[in-house]
Amino acid sequence: MEGAVLWSFVIGLVVSILDVLGGIPLAWLIVRSHGHWTTILDSLADIPFIVPTVALGFSILEFWSSPGGLAQLFGSTSLVSSGVILIVLLHFAFSFPVIVRVMVGEFLNYRETYEVAARTLGASAFTAVRTVTMPILRPGILAAFLLALARSLSETGATIVVAGAFENGTVFINNVRGSGLTAAVVIASSIMIVSSLTVFGLIKIITPRIRVAPLKVWPNLERKLSKSPVVATRNAISLIVFLVFVLLPCLFIALPAVEAVAAGTATEAFAGVGPWKAFWSSMSLSYVIAVLATIVNIVSGLPVAILIARNRFGTRISRVVDALVDLPIIVPSLALGVSLNFFWRNMGALPEFWVIVLAHTTITYSYFVRTMAASIQGIAPELEDAARTLGARPLRVFRKITLPLTKYSLLSGAILVFTRSVDETGATSAVAATLKTAPILLVSWIRGTVAVTPAERALGVGFLVATSFLALVMLRLIATRISARKVA
Amino acid sequence: MPRVSFANVTKNFGKVVALDEVSFDVSDGQYLCVLGPTGSGKTTLLKLLAGLLKPDEGTIYFDGKPVNNVNAQDRNAVYVPQQYALFPHLTVLQNVAFGPLARGKPASIALETASKALDLVRLSWRAQALPNELSGGMQQRVALARGLASGAGLLLLDEPLGALDARLRLDLRHKLRDLVKQSGFTAIHVTHDQDEAMSVGDEIMVLRNGRIQDYGPQRRVYRRPASIFVANMIGGASFLEGMVDTTVGETALISVRGGLTVQAPSTTLTLTAPVILALRKERIRISRDRLEMENVFKGEIRGVRFLGNSKEYLIRIPNGDIIASRQFAESEDDAFKVGEEVQVGFLEGDAMVFEYPAKGLRNELEVG
Repeated sequence: MEGAVLWSFVIGLVVSILDVLGGIPLAWLIVRSHGHWTTILDSLADIPFIVPTVALGFSILEFWSSPGGLAQLFGSTSLVSSGVILIVLLHFAFSFPVIVRVMVGEFLNYRETYEVAARTLGASAFTAVRTVTMPILRPGILAAFLLALARSLSETGATIVVAGAFENGTVFINNVRGSGLTAAVVIASSIMIVSSLTVFGLIKIITPRIRVAPLKVWPNLERKLSKSPVVATRNAISLIVFLVFVLLPCLFIALPAVEAVAAGTATEAFAGVGPWKAFWSSMSLSYVIAVLATIVNIVSGLPVAILIARNRFGTRISRVVDALVDLPIIVPSLALGVSLNFFWRNMGALPEFWVIVLAHTTITYSYFVRTMAASIQGIAPELEDAARTLGARPLRVFRKITLPLTKYSLLSGAILVFTRSVDETGATSAVAATLKTAPILLVSWIRGTVAVTPAERALGVGFLVATSFLALVMLRLIATRISARKVA
Repeated sequence: MPRVSFANVTKNFGKVVALDEVSFDVSDGQYLCVLGPTGSGKTTLLKLLAGLLKPDEGTIYFDGKPVNNVNAQDRNAVYVPQQYALFPHLTVLQNVAFGPLARGKPASIALETASKALDLVRLSWRAQALPNELSGGMQQRVALARGLASGAGLLLLDEPLGALDARLRLDLRHKLRDLVKQSGFTAIHVTHDQDEAMSVGDEIMVLRNGRIQDYGPQRRVYRRPASIFVANMIGGASFLEGMVDTTVGETALISVRGGLTVQAPSTTLTLTAPVILALRKERIRISRDRLEMENVFKGEIRGVRFLGNSKEYLIRIPNGDIIASRQFAESEDDAFKVGEEVQVGFLEGDAMVFEYPAKGLRNELEVG
């Protein structure tokens, strides 16, 4: 077991470092090159985040390991077999959007004058970015790194799919749980939680204290690195990395789904024949739960976000609450599920459906509160003060001032909650006994516990991805319309 | 330290013309102040010089060589933005040493140059501090030291004193000029504060809507502004509408609207052409006794503004116009009261005459 936990951290750290290295150049490209195609690139970078994790696992397994995947191009049967490397590839893909999302925001907020000043002082573009921009953005890079690490440490659903015989912490918890060893689950989960918290605490405390190395410049080398052929090469590499290691593996499942549609499986699926009856009810269950979890989150998360953003009970309490809010994304999702299961079962006769809704609320809690707290912090308190001195009561101030100004964040927070809820597998499988959400049903399809054909399997995953993608596109459209109106 | 020239430089942002066929020369070691209202093209001018923007048309020369295609980092022109942009993660010393290091100087030499520059702005004792530990005035001095140590010859200052308290601004502007002059830099200092421009610039350029309105030595620009806009922007004045009646030798007689004749220096203006007469506040005398000047009228005090060391009186002159006069330090007993009848006068040589502007006076006086 120690080995499995250790592997979790090794994989997590390696993946997060690779993600930072791959994600920053892409975020840079999105922010700094002008043109409509970068907006498209920006949306594409979100795809791994909206594909349900289990579908992602399945897709990546197919892409890298099956004879029908990338191996075809090289005339072999499998490029990467299940195990550590495949887990790294998987985690790299699903943590990637986290880095891009955070870094795009950081670059947009960054005051370019620092870079401009450095350039007119004689620094080449590369030198300016390396010695000025990156060190200034260090807190943002650290935050992105930690989020990626948290995703990697806690993800269970997709990892199970690609792990094969290999065990990291979360797969281990899943396996002992499968064997009915409750005590072992508790111990393993506790170890994962405690060690995750420790590692996070250490990184958060140590990193800001590392002094930036003394300023050193290699003018000639860095000047060469700033030349446009080098920059073009770098852009090309980051695009290829994104395409080959993130986008294609994530969308690979779409291909068999297309064949399945042509073969008539789709007609059966829409008719609800055979396994499809269970599939559609799982789908509707998933979306109903996601909607409810989103609503509960908005209602319960907003006050906490305000509390954190405005230091309502003093700085110290706000800071503690701020740290605690991150707990659900640090704790391995399966361990979280086990923990939630114990908690709600002891609460008495709550129907399973509501237990799942509450579990999803917990799992997605951090995303909503984080987004909203940051956004509320961005509103000058003077605006609220002004409204108050103009005679508005607190609720009216919130409704008329705070809410309209944070609408966009509210929506993106809601998007994060909704998509996370739809794709969540690990914790749900620990909580649910009889009810099957779509990801859980798909796990049983993929693992072969329910007999389905490969075409049906692919199509099932395809449906889930397509609906999630549509939901996201729609929410994005609404979001841009709202923000456009805000500007106008 | 470079000579700088603009030859017919135009810069557009979409449909907005930021600079319109601008040409001028700045000689080596000059301290030029560029003055203009918001949106007049001041910052665009600086960014073009820094290499942060490229002209759409025309050529920029440093020492006679075109630099349109020279990158910002190779131009030897330091841009000091309004908020200084001191690198928050580097100490004061590292900030100042950044320029020489970026240009490939060995660390020991870079640090020595930086220390000298910090000495110059008297901040050596804060060398190890981080920028956010310094006051606004100190940050401004660090930004200046960073520019001086950079090894560039051209200093581009964008509202360098704009972020400081009014009091500190007055203290620092002469220090700023002295340091720049002492180091032999060519400096281009952008501001919208006419007092600041007047007191630090060797020469002053006034920009409006992307065009140069006036450019010359500071005294000349003040005494003989090229246009009504410049007269209003620098120093301010009272403006009267009139018409050239006759010219007798060096003197022109101008009949002011409302029936008043004024002597002014004869101009090249044609007879009967409509003109604007501009009068500086401090050149207008008021007295209870008879005044010995070419132009003297009766006037009535209509208002008083207390300005500390001086007072500004608003006086109605016989034609019905109101003009302003600034008077220094009379005792409270001698002060003029509202409603009082006084003698108003000014010298012939102090009357500034301009051709009547095509778009009207009001448009010409707009400085926003």
